[in-house]
Amino acid sequence: MRVRVLVRPKAGILDPQGQVVQRALPALGFEGVRNVHVGRLVELELDDPGQLPEMCERLLTNPLVEDYEVLGEDGAPLAQPAGDALR
Amino acid sequence: MKFGVVRFPGSCDEVDAQLAAARVGEAVLLWHADRDLQGVDAVIVPGGFSYGDYLRAGAIARFAPVMDAVAEFARDGGLVLGICNGFQVCCEAGLLPGALLPNTGLRFVCRQVQLEVVNASTPFTAGCAEGERLSIPVKHTTGRYYAPAPLLDAMSERGQIVLRYAPGENPNGSIQDVAGVCNEAGNVFGLMPHPEHAVDALTGSADGLALFASMASAAGPRPLARA
Repeated sequence: MRVRVLVRPKAGILDPQGQVVQRALPALGFEGVRNVHVGRLVELELDDPGQLPEMCERLLTNPLVEDYEVLGEDGAPLAQPAGDALR
Repeated sequence: MKFGVVRFPGSCDEVDAQLAAARVGEAVLLWHADRDLQGVDAVIVPGGFSYGDYLRAGAIARFAPVMDAVAEFARDGGLVLGICNGFQVCCEAGLLPGALLPNTGLRFVCRQVQLEVVNASTPFTAGCAEGERLSIPVKHTTGRYYAPAPLLDAMSERGQIVLRYAPGENPNGSIQDVAGVCNEAGNVFGLMPHPEHAVDALTGSADGLALFASMASAAGPRPLARA
């Protein structure tokens, strides 16, 4: 199956990329834009979706500073972190 | 005293680290694909861009065969020094607490910074005095140290904050000006500044040498090989 893993900076952690984009938008005339965050998209095909949580927590994200969400082909969520991990 | 400096594809400071360590002992390079640490007394994980820093800085390097051996060496109490990318690799490998994030200014920063020794009782800083200033260069884009507040408080209490940027010197937005941290046992230490680039007055400062000299003293003279 084909899935998309969305990786985002954890809430509350300074996201300078998001801030820069947020400041750049009004400069182009796009007003009223808030809460911009820049993350990462990993697309992959795999046989066993049961591997996704471990895959996400061991490699695709750093659970200390990033959250993730896995979306299936229809866009429905398949997996997300069980809880806050402290490493 | 024999240092081993890891070389990953994409490392770029391993030779400087080897030359710096060679001022206080013997120093060899360790290949990323080998699990054999060649009987070294201390391991240096150097700076650079291991495996292109794809995905996240240090994320791929932590799975290199040599890192299994380094983790085992660290578990047995061996001294491990992670510099810049090596610090990122040690954090990703779980050998050190916390994570390194993109600099607040989003730019590559390359300059001399003043550091303050917070904990002078580690094997890496024993040759320094508490509160002593060290002048050592930084050169990185992903050096903003972060640990969640409860973890950071616990680390501070346990003396795991080893170096801070001096007031006004923080080049990357690191939380509480943290420049270098150690693990709970105190035998793994990582820092973003490059002590290996500050070992000769000719290049501006020799303050970095204190860290290598401290490690050499801590590991002690090598026992004579048995016949």
